[in-house]
Amino acid sequence: MNAIKKALGVVWIILGPASIIFMFMQAIEKVGLAEEGVHRTNTALQWGIILFIFIPISAGLVIFGYYALKGEYDKLPEE
Amino acid sequence: MSQEPQQSSIFKVIGASSLGTLIEWYDFYIFGSLATIIGSQLFPADAGASALINTLAIFAAGFIVRPFGALVFGRLGDLIGRKYTFLLTLVLMGGSTFLIGLIPSYSSIGYAAPILVLILRLIQGLALGGEYGGAATYVAEHAPANKRGFFTSWIQTTATGGLFLSLGIIVVTKNLVGAESFAEWGWRIPFLLSILLVGVSIYIRMKMHESPMFTKLKSEGKVSKNPLKESFNNKTNFKMVLLALFGATMGQGVIWYTGQFYAQSFIENTCHVDFNDSRYILLWGIAFATPFFVIFGSWSDKVGRKWIMLAGMLLGVIFYRPIYQIFLDDTDVSKIEQKDIKEVSNPVVTRTAVVGTTDSLITTSSMVTLLDGTSFNKIQSHTKFADVSKPAVELPDAYKDKKLSTPIFWKFVLLIFFQILLVTMVYGPIAAFLVELFPTKIRYTSMSLPYHVGNGVFGGLVPFIATLIVSFQGATPLSGLWYPIGIAALSLVIGTVYLSNKKPDHNEGESENH
Repeated sequence: MNAIKKALGVVWIILGPASIIFMFMQAIEKVGLAEEGVHRTNTALQWGIILFIFIPISAGLVIFGYYALKGEYDKLPEE
Repeated sequence: MSQEPQQSSIFKVIGASSLGTLIEWYDFYIFGSLATIIGSQLFPADAGASALINTLAIFAAGFIVRPFGALVFGRLGDLIGRKYTFLLTLVLMGGSTFLIGLIPSYSSIGYAAPILVLILRLIQGLALGGEYGGAATYVAEHAPANKRGFFTSWIQTTATGGLFLSLGIIVVTKNLVGAESFAEWGWRIPFLLSILLVGVSIYIRMKMHESPMFTKLKSEGKVSKNPLKESFNNKTNFKMVLLALFGATMGQGVIWYTGQFYAQSFIENTCHVDFNDSRYILLWGIAFATPFFVIFGSWSDKVGRKWIMLAGMLLGVIFYRPIYQIFLDDTDVSKIEQKDIKEVSNPVVTRTAVVGTTDSLITTSSMVTLLDGTSFNKIQSHTKFADVSKPAVELPDAYKDKKLSTPIFWKFVLLIFFQILLVTMVYGPIAAFLVELFPTKIRYTSMSLPYHVGNGVFGGLVPFIATLIVSFQGATPLSGLWYPIGIAALSLVIGTVYLSNKKPDHNEGESENH
């Protein structure tokens, strides 16, 4: 199980920035679409909020992955 | 001390804590339950769907600041004590809710209306961020370790109870004042009523004593001097904060808000079920499912917290799409046959000028009742151009205010009950789970942050993000579900691999294990 925990750590390290890049690409595409259409469908503010909130969380996921890779979760304090 | 007075004392603690927390949840949720009406009051009349999205954004803003409230009030709770901190959060919450009820509409003060509501909504979010962790910690610190799941599960019922209360008061108010008056001014009553509820709760909480563990720490001079630093600058503790977030609260948050919030929003806004019916369905579902918070909380004392919570997430991942597909199929009245129709009311024709042109929108609406008891408002619209040489443009028929037949109504109640059952699985044991991860002196701060990031950000954003995804080109009404399904699946994998299933020591009668 400890090997799986460490291996998955790499996945979390990659998943953090990958999810932010995905969200940025979505934001650019959707806000761009709105600019061509009606003013009221503009979702720039909504995307701004989403990115602002999820960037630190993704950083947390990277740190979580780093700890997992280093074996910090091989044994939890309560065990 | 005998067992009996101890039991009676802890139930007093639970009662007093739960009442305040329930009222805070009530305050927080009436906004979401009235999103459609508030949207029409806060934004221009021609804003259309974006009024709902913007109102949901204001609603979501309250969730987003919850982690900041957790930091501010969690720190305060670890420094000065649990009792005074959650008294303060109660006053802030009650005051801001009352003031939302007094804000003039967009037609009176323009964009100042949504801005003021946003500010009050942020205060609500901060207050809630401080409240829950305090109440859960306070109850857990009074409870014996081997019954922590059972006792804290009563606090876990308050969020659903607050939602139930908010829906109940909204439905009763609307029925009393009538639909038209409710949309105009009656929606303010549930907000204004909050001040009475908060007054009662403050009176009760003033009589409560400080948590015995915190009092002991204080008398020994062991209170944390800098809870934020000790919680997040200490690797041993910080890694547990991250594990709690990604392995538990993140998945728990999306399950909670899908089952109890997105479900109602979906039934009302996507399936176009009548305002009251959509709320009655949720009210019944909540009423049947709420006892399971205590059942699963108590069971987690025997079998551990981990697998109960993760099973709830797994079932959500598997069943959400089939359940919502049933909601869509059973409310699709576009393909009804003539033989199923019992009666059609006389059509009401309205003519609305199209803004900025001399053209008109002609709308014909008629109530259709089917033989099985289903009824709905069929709306046919076409644009009539001022230039008579242009042919009228027909718009697709719309079906609104659907009232369900009795069997379908109860089928929906069952499906909502099942979703809330999943909520009780993930949420019933989580307070005990979080309390046990962190030591007393930084518990309020440490457990509040992952709880409110998981619930406030990941969970609270479910209606908002799901609605946003559905608005994408090529999306189907079910596309929004990929957000909660994806987050729950991720949390399920992390929880399965990294969490341990610690079972409480049943010989441990003491309240503390750190």
